[in-house]
Amino acid sequence: MKFSIQVNEGPYTHQASDTAYKFTRAALEGGHEIYRVFFYHDGVNNGTRMTTPPQDDRNIVNRWSELSKEYDLDLVLCVAAAQRRGIVDEEEAKRHGKSGDNVAEGFRISGLGQLIDAGINSDRLISFGD
Amino acid sequence: MSETKKFMYLNRRAPYGTIYALEGLEVVLIGAAFEQDVSMAFMDDGVFQLTKGQDTSDSDMKNFSPTYNALGDYEVNKIYVEQESMDDRGLTLDDLQHLVWEDEDEDYAKKPSIRVVSRQEMADLLEEQDIILNY
Repeated sequence: MKFSIQVNEGPYTHQASDTAYKFTRAALEGGHEIYRVFFYHDGVNNGTRMTTPPQDDRNIVNRWSELSKEYDLDLVLCVAAAQRRGIVDEEEAKRHGKSGDNVAEGFRISGLGQLIDAGINSDRLISFGD
Repeated sequence: MSETKKFMYLNRRAPYGTIYALEGLEVVLIGAAFEQDVSMAFMDDGVFQLTKGQDTSDSDMKNFSPTYNALGDYEVNKIYVEQESMDDRGLTLDDLQHLVWEDEDEDYAKKPSIRVVSRQEMADLLEEQDIILNY
């Protein structure tokens, strides 16, 4: 089956991203396709490489990056939600005159249309949130 | 685009206090460009999103409630509000904004967008959907 995933909460405060990650990995390992993972609301905070959790805890951001590399997974951060919350890629940083960018490897910034497109082109769209 | 799906935007939270309602509405406006079969539903504290006379001047929150008036222009004209949720909060249809859409087939007659439905009818509507985006 072809799934898309929506993650609506940031890392660590909520378990939504953890559960979404576990579901995504299990689906891929089970031979299913993940069309896209779309991060919205505080979910965009899953895509900053500045995240530095204690060493004895899981690294939620790196885990998504690694899964993306392993399965060529499309990880999309909503641009409007990301701008509000200080998540910028190189291009956005330049456009808005920011001193640096912080998007983690494997993530890309794009528009909300990517979420609707994911709904249209997947068999199921599954949301993880509060 | 290969097919039309039934998209429902389900709103269950108060308009202020969290950003879910505002960012949820942004999805509806962007999604309108995709020409899907779209509806919105309001239940629980979400019914407060549609109330008229919202004044956020003391809280510095952005009052985005006028945006709901534009939904008709985006061809979002099926807006379901759950009766029980209004009853529980002492609201009636008169407390909500009068949202309308223009029916091209009837000489652009203005028709109300809001339909008050029972909890059972809401359950049936949810059952019909292909995609439910819950904010």
